[in-house]
Amino acid sequence: MEIVKLIGVLIVVIGFAIKLDTISTVVIAGIATGLVAGIPLDELLRLLGEKFLSNRLATMFVLTLPVIGLCERYGLKDKAVDFISKIKAATVGRIALLYQAIRVLSSALSLRIGGHPQFVRPLINPMAQAAAVTKYGDVDEKTEDQIKGLVASAENTGNFFGQNVFMASSGTLLIVSTLQEQGYEAVTALDIAKWSIPIAVISVVVAALYYSLFDKKLDGRLLNGKKAH
Amino acid sequence: MDWKQFNTVAGEVFYVLIAIIFVLVGINAYKTISDSTKKKTTLAFWLILAFTFAVGPHVDGMVTGIAIVILAILTGIKGVVRGEGKALKEEETRRNADKIGYKIFLPALTLALAAVLLASFLPKMAGAVVLGFSGLAGLIVALLITKAKVSQAATEGVRLMDNVSTTGILPQLLTALGAVFTAAGVGEVISSGVSSVIPEGAKFVASAVYCIGMALFTIIMGNGFAAFSVITVGIGIPFLVMQGANPAIVGALGLTAGYCGTLVTPMAANFNIMPAALLETKDQNAIIKAQVPFALCMLIIHILLVYFLAF
Repeated sequence: MEIVKLIGVLIVVIGFAIKLDTISTVVIAGIATGLVAGIPLDELLRLLGEKFLSNRLATMFVLTLPVIGLCERYGLKDKAVDFISKIKAATVGRIALLYQAIRVLSSALSLRIGGHPQFVRPLINPMAQAAAVTKYGDVDEKTEDQIKGLVASAENTGNFFGQNVFMASSGTLLIVSTLQEQGYEAVTALDIAKWSIPIAVISVVVAALYYSLFDKKLDGRLLNGKKAH
Repeated sequence: MDWKQFNTVAGEVFYVLIAIIFVLVGINAYKTISDSTKKKTTLAFWLILAFTFAVGPHVDGMVTGIAIVILAILTGIKGVVRGEGKALKEEETRRNADKIGYKIFLPALTLALAAVLLASFLPKMAGAVVLGFSGLAGLIVALLITKAKVSQAATEGVRLMDNVSTTGILPQLLTALGAVFTAAGVGEVISSGVSSVIPEGAKFVASAVYCIGMALFTIIMGNGFAAFSVITVGIGIPFLVMQGANPAIVGALGLTAGYCGTLVTPMAANFNIMPAALLETKDQNAIIKAQVPFALCMLIIHILLVYFLAF
């Protein structure tokens, strides 16, 4: 009956899927797994406590928060908006690509520039919609939705694939502490940051191809009978 | 003092600093939350967490274990809520931005650069100490540029920590869960199940199963971090690392392979569904639809990278 040991995995999967409180889901999964495997409760609590302590590294990102908070208060976002709004790009795809690339680079450098409410809605989406109107004249609702999806995707992909290049990001620290805990103690945050560079760069390349295809598709659909500028 | 001692001492100092931030978050929450029960449970959460960080290593591990159970109960009963920080006002940040200009990018850049330099040139310095000192370097530059007081840096740190809230300790807790899984032999159970799918020594199949597993688990759970803990222990280590793959490459690509799943799942509502509402799309899946081709392409690239880079 080895399979019952998977109870913890099941609890994590279901708990996260039905949006139970994440902290208690994880703790319940750990305790259930330990008990099923026959670890006595006192030893299990000790194991949980010791492993929590030996992995405090994973929470080290907290020490970056005062710096980032101060920068925000003193206009980090405003200057990023100043910079991005100067971008001159003629097509939806190119605006999305530039934003995605800036997002990757800034995440990698721990500059927290980005966010759907902070950048995409007030800045990037209006820029992209305006580019579409200039090029194609009026755009239909479906196209408008697709443009919104595209610029929102630039935010997400830039964020996801760039962040681990920064050594103190919580994702990087999760990877390091997990590997060290599993016995690969030589792995450092710098290793993980370095090996996150290829996929960060590739994400920009894929974005470039994908977004230019999007431009072509829009051209094909909306430039019918109109002359390209 | 040798490196080992230095790392221990400096590391503990930084963890005490983190504990102080937790205490400040708790006090701020206590002062600003109006609900008379929740203000107490929230304060309790942050104080207990601070206790584990500062005192935990000096007492029996079981104490921390019990503390974690209490933390889980407090969040489980929805007893931990966010306090109110001094929110950012647009006029204020605009005025500051006009005064300081693009120099405001320097502190964060210092932080990132200092981390890379310290880790490269002082390889014996522990990871936590590297990050602590680079945070300090960034802070000094930030204080010089903004001419803010140290106490204001603390206030801003508290504001952001309060925003991150309880999920901030999720990575650490998931790592501990991974350790419990390993002690209980969960990895072996998953690997014996998976070994029927992955033929002995089939490195490409193993790379594919690992990346797809990460993505699938993330799609179901909506959380790449949780998927990472499970799949690394169950598949990544036995089928890739123990077959000779580089653990750093497997780990780094594993989490981003999971993010390919995040891009296509409505479970990751705050990335895919809420922003769609924010952008007022007619189709609530507009963002996911835009991301499906991208995610598929990235997933295939992940499999190839794991196979070609890690081995």
